[in-house]
Amino acid sequence: MPDARGGVALLTALASLALGASPGRAQREQPSRATLIVDVSPDGPVRTIRAALSLVARGGTVLVHPGTYRDTTIVVDVPVRIVGDGDAILDGEGKRQIMTITSDSVMVRGLHFENVGVAFTEDLAAIKVIRASSCEIRDNRIDNAFFGIYLQEASACIVAGNELRAEHVRDAMSGNGIHLWHSRDITIAQNHITGHRDGIYFEFTREAHVHGNVSTDNLRYGLHFMYSDSCDYEGNTFRHNGAGVAVMYSHRVQMAENRFEGNRGSSAYGLLLKEIADSRLERNSFIDNTAGLVADGATRLVAEHNQFVNNGWALRLQASTEDAQFTGNDFAGNTFDVATNSRSSSSIFRGNYWSAYDGYDRNHDGVGDVPYSPVRLASVVVAQTEPALILLRSNFLYLLDAAERVIPALTPETLMDTSPAMRWVQ
Amino acid sequence: MNTLVKVLKYQSKDAARSRWLIAYAAFFMLVSEVLLRFSSDPMKVQLSLVSVVLFLVPLVSIVFGTVYLCNAREFIELLLAQPINRRQMYGGLYLGLTLPLVLAFVCGLGTPFLFHGSDAPAYGTLAWLLTAGVVLTCVFTAVASLIAIRCEDRLRGLGAAIGVWMLLTVVYDGFVLFVLAAFSSHPLERATLGLMMANPIDIARVSLLLRFDGAAMMGYTGAVFLDFFGKGYGMALTAAALALWVLLPLTFGMRAFERKDF
Repeated sequence: MPDARGGVALLTALASLALGASPGRAQREQPSRATLIVDVSPDGPVRTIRAALSLVARGGTVLVHPGTYRDTTIVVDVPVRIVGDGDAILDGEGKRQIMTITSDSVMVRGLHFENVGVAFTEDLAAIKVIRASSCEIRDNRIDNAFFGIYLQEASACIVAGNELRAEHVRDAMSGNGIHLWHSRDITIAQNHITGHRDGIYFEFTREAHVHGNVSTDNLRYGLHFMYSDSCDYEGNTFRHNGAGVAVMYSHRVQMAENRFEGNRGSSAYGLLLKEIADSRLERNSFIDNTAGLVADGATRLVAEHNQFVNNGWALRLQASTEDAQFTGNDFAGNTFDVATNSRSSSSIFRGNYWSAYDGYDRNHDGVGDVPYSPVRLASVVVAQTEPALILLRSNFLYLLDAAERVIPALTPETLMDTSPAMRWVQ
Repeated sequence: MNTLVKVLKYQSKDAARSRWLIAYAAFFMLVSEVLLRFSSDPMKVQLSLVSVVLFLVPLVSIVFGTVYLCNAREFIELLLAQPINRRQMYGGLYLGLTLPLVLAFVCGLGTPFLFHGSDAPAYGTLAWLLTAGVVLTCVFTAVASLIAIRCEDRLRGLGAAIGVWMLLTVVYDGFVLFVLAAFSSHPLERATLGLMMANPIDIARVSLLLRFDGAAMMGYTGAVFLDFFGKGYGMALTAAALALWVLLPLTFGMRAFERKDF
């Protein structure tokens, strides 16, 4: 430790030499702006991060030692690295925002934020980034925050490995875990978010990359985004959220290898695609949801190699969805495979596996010889008369269904899989 | 009580020797064994068995019961020549018919599951499936006894049995669907629950639905049903409705049996 301090002193000296060209100005502004590493500890010479920020050099490091820090909102307006060394707790005491970042190239790592204030007129957050670029927010823990990490008009930032935990009870009194507004080129990876209003929320964001996050038990949506084009989502898990995941009014969305699980409730779904054009869904799993995938105006959607298992409704295809393609997906153990609200559909189903398929395959090429219509009469009846759900699995409905299969009168004629797979595709 | 036990003993031994009963047990054993062999998931097997149970158990119970009791007429007349309590005898006849059927059903359906082994939640739903089958057996043998006492002619008895079964298993649900469609602009959730309570097969079906189609039942109006059956009073009401379905035909049958002049 003495060596390090000596090094700092030496560097400080060097820096003041370098600034020697205009020593007077440098002296006047910030005499000690040149310290590269400033230590903050509850009982050291520098006791608050705010004080440290006035001492540290541009691009320097503020090292926060274990302890609990209660300070007014910290405004980071110089490019620095703020790194927690051990259990450094920044407590907002339920009153205020904890950190505001307004400078480019700021890194915040390994800190523990807790107790952000709740306000109705202002979005208070544990970390708020305002009009900055190239920030990096990594490996922090954020407990009991109103908003967790809030990026406003930010760009080229990385938010990774953070753990956000809140225990909100009411929608109106809670904020989002990771909130992006008017931002671009943001990477959000390996975060765990639980107990917020929306786990991850985007609005007017472009080119975001969302990978490997786990968003569970949030009050409303695990992931929620609107007007956010060209974003991709890979390997995320969304589980037990109030209403699942909703993506709306966006183009060119890529979603691959995500898991949508256990989103149950009267208006819950795994994934809602509303007015989403030219998007791709690949290798995702929809398991145990009331409705797996709801496609409402998902124009030219391509869904390939997804799994729909044990859902109430695997796929709700609204008439507003045009030219969607479902290829090589597995539908197994769902109460209803497909439900729709129109008799004609322009969507194409090909080569999917349906566990309810009862056709045969005479030449053993793995493709069923009889087309499969995944819309059962029961789902049409239930769509028109909701309480009829209680007649599910009754002999009467089986009888009607058998008759409907021979002479279709109510189920959509065009919606069928002409080459159903005999075995699981995946 | 003595009479009841004696009649019960004789009757159940006699019924258990019946080829039909053995075939009934063997059928369930075969179906669940085959399904278990072809599917690795015991829950899926049970889901397939739900429809079989709801279809077959009421049919076999009511038809077998009616025919068996009609055939036992001479035996009954012989016993009635002795000074014995008619109520107890009726109870003995009913239990002597029901217990072998219940045993055949439980053993037939349950053994393959025990044999193949499965996890705890699968045993939980299996218990529900078995309970539903047992209750349906009790209900439909009670109805069968009533029919057998009321119908002199065996063929008429058989006709009545099949008629009642058709009514409860198909026609009634058609009527319910008609009502739901006709009054679709009204909030019908509670009325639907009431309609379900009036039919034992529907009660059994809905309580199984909640276990097997939980995800779908969470949606829309399903949540109302789930709420009802998940709560204490809903369960109590269901149990009460089923108990009524056993006790009412039994009481009517017993009264008819007491007054009947053989």
